[in-house]
Amino acid sequence: MSTPLQKTAIAAAQAVNDLMRKGAVAVEPAPAAPAATPAMDVATDAPAMRKRSRVLIPALLVLAAGSLVLFGGKGGLISDFQYLQLSLILVYAIAVLGLNMLTGFNGQISLGHGAFFALGAYTAAVMIEHYNLNYLATLPAAAVFCFIAGYLFGLPALRLEGHYLALATFALATAVPQILKYKHIEGLTGGVQGINLIKPEAPFKLALSSDQWMYLVVLAMAALMFWLARNLLDSRPGRAIMAIRDQPLAALTMGINTAHYKATTFGISALFVGIAGALHAIIFEYVSPDSYAFSLSVAILVGAVVGGIASLPGALIGGAFVQVIDKYADAATKQLTAMVHLPIDLEPWTIYGILLITLVYVMPSGVAGGLAQLKAKWKRR
Amino acid sequence: MTAILEVEGLKAFYGASEALHGVGFTLQQGGITTILGANGAGKTTTLRALVGMVRREGRILFDGKPINGLSTEAIARLGVAHVPEGRGTFTGLSVDENLRIAAYTRSDKAAMRDDLERVFGYFPRLKERIGQQAGTLSGGEQQMLAIARALMLRPRLMLLDEPSFGLAPLIVQEIFRIMRLINSEAKVSVLLVEQNAALALNLATEAYVLETGNVVMSGRAEDVKNDEGIRRSYLGY
Amino acid sequence: MEQLLQQIASGLASGAIYACVALALVMIFTATEHLNFAQGEMAMFSTYLCWQLLQWGLGFWTALAIAAGLSFIIGVLIERIILRPLQGASALSVVVVFIGLLAIFHSMAGAIWSHTIKTFPSPFPEVAFAGSGIIGAHQIGMVAVTILMLSALFAFFRFTTLGLAMRAAAQNPTSARLVGVNVDWMLALGWGLAAAIGAVAGAMVAPVVYLEPNMMSSILLYGFAGALVGGISSPGGAVFGGFLVGVLENLVAYFGNLTEKMFGVYIIGNGEKLSVALIIVITILTLKPAGLFGHVITKRV
Repeated sequence: MSTPLQKTAIAAAQAVNDLMRKGAVAVEPAPAAPAATPAMDVATDAPAMRKRSRVLIPALLVLAAGSLVLFGGKGGLISDFQYLQLSLILVYAIAVLGLNMLTGFNGQISLGHGAFFALGAYTAAVMIEHYNLNYLATLPAAAVFCFIAGYLFGLPALRLEGHYLALATFALATAVPQILKYKHIEGLTGGVQGINLIKPEAPFKLALSSDQWMYLVVLAMAALMFWLARNLLDSRPGRAIMAIRDQPLAALTMGINTAHYKATTFGISALFVGIAGALHAIIFEYVSPDSYAFSLSVAILVGAVVGGIASLPGALIGGAFVQVIDKYADAATKQLTAMVHLPIDLEPWTIYGILLITLVYVMPSGVAGGLAQLKAKWKRR
Repeated sequence: MTAILEVEGLKAFYGASEALHGVGFTLQQGGITTILGANGAGKTTTLRALVGMVRREGRILFDGKPINGLSTEAIARLGVAHVPEGRGTFTGLSVDENLRIAAYTRSDKAAMRDDLERVFGYFPRLKERIGQQAGTLSGGEQQMLAIARALMLRPRLMLLDEPSFGLAPLIVQEIFRIMRLINSEAKVSVLLVEQNAALALNLATEAYVLETGNVVMSGRAEDVKNDEGIRRSYLGY
Repeated sequence: MEQLLQQIASGLASGAIYACVALALVMIFTATEHLNFAQGEMAMFSTYLCWQLLQWGLGFWTALAIAAGLSFIIGVLIERIILRPLQGASALSVVVVFIGLLAIFHSMAGAIWSHTIKTFPSPFPEVAFAGSGIIGAHQIGMVAVTILMLSALFAFFRFTTLGLAMRAAAQNPTSARLVGVNVDWMLALGWGLAAAIGAVAGAMVAPVVYLEPNMMSSILLYGFAGALVGGISSPGGAVFGGFLVGVLENLVAYFGNLTEKMFGVYIIGNGEKLSVALIIVITILTLKPAGLFGHVITKRV
């Protein structure tokens, strides 16, 4: 075991080494200076992004709540089904936001965030089903559980980087359905059958359907989570989190407790995803092990990549994408199949895959980043 | 005497930054030429640019034919053997395998065996260690292995990057002695980059002095060695 | 006791498959430091190719050879077309591309051959071997085929110039270029070989687990576990690790069964197969990242 003092000394030595190497690079750089390659561009313009989201969040909130007044009410223009869809978009947006915090802003790759989504969902379902808790009370519980679970998973993950962390989380995601079916927790989880829930009614005799009411609840939660995320990233710890992503070694030598921050970020990220999971369970009225298979983790990752891995507004785009694909991809791919007269019925996952690979090449900073770049280009002209 | 390598307006880039700004020089067939210069003058970059390890512009004629468009491996196959800075040992392979890897480009298996014997003639120490993992060799032995590996390509031109780096003076002398032998016996032209200017000038016939990516001086090694002004201002001894 | 032996024997049989997958993963990892998350789905797709050829009336070994050849070509093409431009890209980009490939292979198999479970014929006779109930003929055949293939591969890497060039390219690409090795093609060949190994593994395991798009998901995880146990940078270690986790998996199930019988407490069984893999993966990654035979890769900063 090395003492903290030794650790500092080692870190300092590494920093000097690093500097010297950099000095050498300036005059006679290493041979493997990689050519410009398509890489996930995580470094977005932070201040601009923050300013944008500062306006964006209240604007969206007003717009979304206003829509309820305009089109809502029982028998309004937007059907209950459509409200459910909107809620699901926001739920996935919160989940994508959680992954963004970890991957985009802290540089840790996770292929297993479906696991925390599942934990949040089951926390809510079990508490409502077995302990008769109010659904709103399950949200903080899901948050706490997922934070602890995420923090604990983040601890061993500290030693892992890049591909290895991806592997550990990949294994987690693959094992989730089996863990949920484990015999000794069957009493709680309902085993393979899962748990059926009842959608909460609107309180105070409000003239709102359950879907409309839950839409408002989800909207409020989404606004809260985005607000929290923005403020966190804007704070001192937030800068530390991003410094760890950009210059892990330098961050260490500047006295940032990298281990603590990385594990905490993992916890916070899991917390976000867990709340999304809990909300999903409540509005979807159902949890079962196989709803949380590896494909869910993939969906969250796809959302993050599509929206932009280090972008708060991107999380919203990502959430919308996840839900739209989930809902309409089947129909869309069938149509596509018919259109180009393919001999086989294409499946949504094919589109997912092609899209993922294409995005890495053409729009490495996601849709949000891509739009920002286009805008910058347009301005320059 | 004919030129084996003619370089004109050679530029090299690391990313967007230009590290060589149009270097030109000529290597005589059968000669030993050295490129000298301070740390960061662009010596290593010049060698890397010649074999296409960095992005480059300019004209490079090897044996009268342009090679500036070719890949590193294609240039190696033409008979330009680059012994890189840090030796580039395949640490996980055995000494034997390190030498045989050059056979990948050759189809003449019988001649290969002769070459192996010849190489062991120059470096008997490698023969003693033939089955050993190359990573376990000493620094000097690894440098010998790197030169031996380059020889297995049957090169017409050998590029040597700081062969003396990190080695004890006695071993350096041994390596330089063998290099002279290789040059005269195997008729391999040599382009040598060295930090240790005195050592290099003793071995070389021609010398070029680089400063921040430009050739600032050239001439016969002997003249450079005896010119106190050059020594003082560029070579620092 | 006989039951225990039987478990070990069938552990070795599934271990052979894990060993193949682990080796395929290690081959790509040593050359590129990428963990190919799509390896399992590629193998599954290859198995479907083999099945299709069998449906068209080809003999088992012919079909397998052609399927392995096709897989080789697919592997080479993926490396050349999709991964080549990503050289030097961040880990995240590469991981995302692998997940994309995984999704494509999975869904294409489903789209072309449907998601319904298919039986896959075994090339080995159905009679129980030498009257013993310990191990079936297919299991012996499985182990024999994989050992044969693995030996051939090791011979290839050990004794041929091309194999040597591939090892050199994986170890030190820069130096390999300097001795005239076309490193780019060596990587592509590595991908091709990995895909071909996957095809053989898939065809060997398909008679046991049946053919369906999900058939490789747990096998891939055990392949990863095997590769990690043996040391992700050591091919020999990966093979050993594959066999080890195969036996381990069966022993866990066996002792789980035993405790249930003796004490009436269910702790662990076949249903926890993936959790066992997860535990192995996490434990090795955190406690002994270099595995049993690998060496620690010191990172240059």
